[in-house]
Amino acid sequence: MMLRLPSPAMNKPARGSLLGIEHLEPKEILGLLRLARRMNPLKARPLLRGKRIVLLFYEASTRTRSSFEFAAKSLGAITTLVQSSGSSIEKGESLLDTGYTLRAVGADSIVIRHPAAGAPHLMAQHLDIPIINAGDGMHEHPSQALLDAFTILKHKKSFKGLHATIIGDILHSRVARSACHLLTKFGVTITLCGPPDFVPDIAATLAPGLRITRHIEEALRGTDVVMLLRVQKERLAGQKIRLQDYVARYQMTTARLKLAKRDAIVMHPGPIIRGLELTAEVADGPQSVIVDEVHNGVPTRMAILARALGKAK
Amino acid sequence: MLSAKNQRRESASLLIKGGHLIDPAAKINAPMDVLLRDGRVAEVALPNKIRGNADEKFDARGLIVAPGFIDLHVHLREPGQSYKETIASGTAAAATGGFTSVCTMPNTAPVVDTPEWVAWLRQPERGAVVNIFPIAAATHGSRGASLTDFAALQHAGAVAVTDDGKPILDDEMMRAALRLGAELNVPVVQHAEDTRLTETSSMNEGPTSFRLGLRGMSVAAEANIVDRDVTLAQQIRESRLHVAHLSTSDALKAVRRGKRAKARVTCEVTPHHFTLIDENVGEYDTNFKMNPPLRSATDREALLVALADGTVDAIATDHAPHAAHEKQVEFERAAFGITGLETALALAITKLHREHKIPLTRIVELFTAGPARVFDLRGRGSLQRGNFADATIFDPKKRWTFEAAKSRSMSHNTPFDGWQFTGKVVATIVGGKIVYRQG
Repeated sequence: MMLRLPSPAMNKPARGSLLGIEHLEPKEILGLLRLARRMNPLKARPLLRGKRIVLLFYEASTRTRSSFEFAAKSLGAITTLVQSSGSSIEKGESLLDTGYTLRAVGADSIVIRHPAAGAPHLMAQHLDIPIINAGDGMHEHPSQALLDAFTILKHKKSFKGLHATIIGDILHSRVARSACHLLTKFGVTITLCGPPDFVPDIAATLAPGLRITRHIEEALRGTDVVMLLRVQKERLAGQKIRLQDYVARYQMTTARLKLAKRDAIVMHPGPIIRGLELTAEVADGPQSVIVDEVHNGVPTRMAILARALGKAK
Repeated sequence: MLSAKNQRRESASLLIKGGHLIDPAAKINAPMDVLLRDGRVAEVALPNKIRGNADEKFDARGLIVAPGFIDLHVHLREPGQSYKETIASGTAAAATGGFTSVCTMPNTAPVVDTPEWVAWLRQPERGAVVNIFPIAAATHGSRGASLTDFAALQHAGAVAVTDDGKPILDDEMMRAALRLGAELNVPVVQHAEDTRLTETSSMNEGPTSFRLGLRGMSVAAEANIVDRDVTLAQQIRESRLHVAHLSTSDALKAVRRGKRAKARVTCEVTPHHFTLIDENVGEYDTNFKMNPPLRSATDREALLVALADGTVDAIATDHAPHAAHEKQVEFERAAFGITGLETALALAITKLHREHKIPLTRIVELFTAGPARVFDLRGRGSLQRGNFADATIFDPKKRWTFEAAKSRSMSHNTPFDGWQFTGKVVATIVGGKIVYRQG
């Protein structure tokens, strides 16, 4: 007797899923941003009344989780948080089985953060409900890129002619990947800056209009948007670069920021480590929009959820 | 299908009539009839020249008759992992793919590192429908600490040794393995991967891995080991090194260097590496995850050149069945490997012959004489008189669609489900008996 296992059913993601920025059309992005501008977290709109949204978090999160939760609740949805500790995930349940279980419980959509790249894609291929990627491994963090785009457009008239500089650990950063995809779709040119261990040459192949430099002064000259990434100390451990060298070469200081355009904005997906990738003066300075980014996370995620559950008008 | 019915087909003599024989070792590429008797090749002659009656005749008009195909690299998962594959199901898949002999890898549970396990693999109770040639572990438990008893393993029927999947990294251990192999004329097979560089990596390092946010295995992780091994093989007289599933242009350079220096260095290439590239992984399709990983287009082109020019000795499948639950997981967590026995010839004809114009004679050589030489499989790889009566009959023009669900393997982890091919196995003959016949 031969054991017959069901062949893997590879389906298209359900409509409204948001797995990444890479494959989105510019007009879908603009549509989401337009929708986000109309969302007001302080004025509840029961667009998603009765909808059940699961926040499935396999990794720690403060900003993303809480803003997705507020976003869902502002739209009248019911949310439940499932984390790896304290759930059946701890007992070894597979990702797909967890997905099937949540679907059976009545989830209308799942917002997932997972340490493995492609985990949301796997879920989306096997479940018939919209899957929202809230960060998958080193791959993408689409809602962060959207809220960053939202933030940029609040401070700049349009993407036209803009130049952005992303500094830090690009290799391990899903934020950087999503930002590169999104901004280059609108013609923004981007300079990636960091040591070779963080910014391998291959990074330039990610999207058109990317260039790499190891020198922060060169990277900053004339830029409109400075995006900093958190230095993950645990990553530095295995690398050839020492922490104090990184600080000396790549820390964003007030002096260095002067090389950028006068009206350049400083962004950071958080959590920030003052004194490491940036000084406190820069973090709290007039060009910093770091807090604004967090603030914009809620309306952006409201738009994502409204689109996911098909009630956006 | 392959057991009870078979008994009825069993006959002392079988005449394969009207076919076109390609037997590279015998330098034959012409219409020939082949008479098999009592498990051996009795006669090979021009059409209609074989006198006397055969118990059974096979009408091979319009078909290619070739020596039985030999696969140097399969994982049949027994002992210990019969939920993925058994020797019975794996050899049924082999027969369907035209393979009359398969060399089984020792990374089972337990590892095949004793003469007893080697003998166990060859027992009739396993239900094999094609010949099994076990490859034994090179070190105990494939832990890389102490060499196994090559002589005893060879005596029990092992044709080579390897720590497949757990490459021998330590220079001294590899040197010792090649030395002992040289003494006993045992090939040492290396899965060339510097695992110190590839930990937690799940695909080829390149633009695709960067884009997908997956850690990449570098070309150097393979090429450095091949380079080191070839150097050792050159230093140790009469040692035999076989590079398993070679996948990079740089590793080919090292193999060419060894061959030029007349070292006994051989290598195999899989159908998936000459067909696919890393970009084909798409959106994390785990049926495109294997080790070595699918490489760049440049590497694939180098393999095509080496398959054509004779640098590559054999096409081997690295048939690696896995249960659905081991593949339907996050890409980084998914098991490495794909099935391959039933699609190998079709890929070779469709890709190598039709697309890249490699002659059929060369393709047959890569499935027969080439692999027979690599492991010294006496009496196989050619249909010369007196040899074993193993033959593969195929239709090089037949168009068909591969359906994974209808595979003979217990597992369906293949990237080729639904692919349209040209070239199909019509019959597989082992020891003079038809073990597979196209339905």
